[in-house]
Amino acid sequence: MITATILIRPKEGILDAQGKAVEGALPALGFTGIEHVRVGRIVELHAENADQLEDLCEKLLANPLIEDYEIEIS
Amino acid sequence: MNWGVLQFPGSCDERDALHACELADQSSGGQSRLVWHEETDLSGLDGIIVPGGFSYGDYLRAGAIARFAPAMTAVADFANAGGPVLGICNGFQVLCESGLLPGALLTNEEMRFICRQGDLIVTEAESPFLSELEPGETISIPIKHQSGRYFAPPEMLERIEANNQVAFRYGEGHNVNGSLNDIAGVTNEAGNVLGLMPHPEHAVDAFTGSTDGLKLFRGPAGINA
Repeated sequence: MITATILIRPKEGILDAQGKAVEGALPALGFTGIEHVRVGRIVELHAENADQLEDLCEKLLANPLIEDYEIEIS
Repeated sequence: MNWGVLQFPGSCDERDALHACELADQSSGGQSRLVWHEETDLSGLDGIIVPGGFSYGDYLRAGAIARFAPAMTAVADFANAGGPVLGICNGFQVLCESGLLPGALLTNEEMRFICRQGDLIVTEAESPFLSELEPGETISIPIKHQSGRYFAPPEMLERIEANNQVAFRYGEGHNVNGSLNDIAGVTNEAGNVLGLMPHPEHAVDAFTGSTDGLKLFRGPAGINA
């Protein structure tokens, strides 16, 4: 079995409301000099092989209209 | 007219939608019913509603898992054969995720769940669901969602606009979620599939302030009559 870590994040140029909310909270907590916060998600899984992972990302794990994904295999 | 209203685990507006179907179609004696997500036989049904709610917990993305429900394969066949399909709120998200409608719904610009009455302007799109409505007409129906910000990449958006596939736009001051071009609802190219974020099935009785929603449900019934 291989272990895959799949990183999914909002496409560049799309307003990421979650990232914006996190960024908005930073000054109140004393964090300065931080900008362009974007929030995505990570999916970890075990698979017999890597062949179907791209298809899996395209069809389910990511929505290619609004999200980019990267597959890392270890 | 016999409507089938889909029911996923996590749906919550299916009974209101069924009630709206029955109210809109009182005279014809139609037999509308709920369709469990594992059903694949839609024979005898003249129209399908994909209702609002939180199908499969909305895990991953709203509508992402529901599109793989057995019933959705049957709905895709039904839609491709020209059958009228209406997706409301989560149902709109499911139809977009399944590729039956163009675009995607993102989290509202202000991150908040919005629940309020909203004005929608009817466009010149062609769809059986719009046949009882006039282009330019304003209808007032409830909005209640957290992920309703309509988005399509520039080329897709241009194509949707050029094909008159925008069915409803939010009225001035009513684009509460940051949707591109004030889009509240779209159709497929043929017009038989329509999805919108606001809830026509919650505006069917004067007791709750508006009966404008009934007009969407009456449209296909008029065509089939």
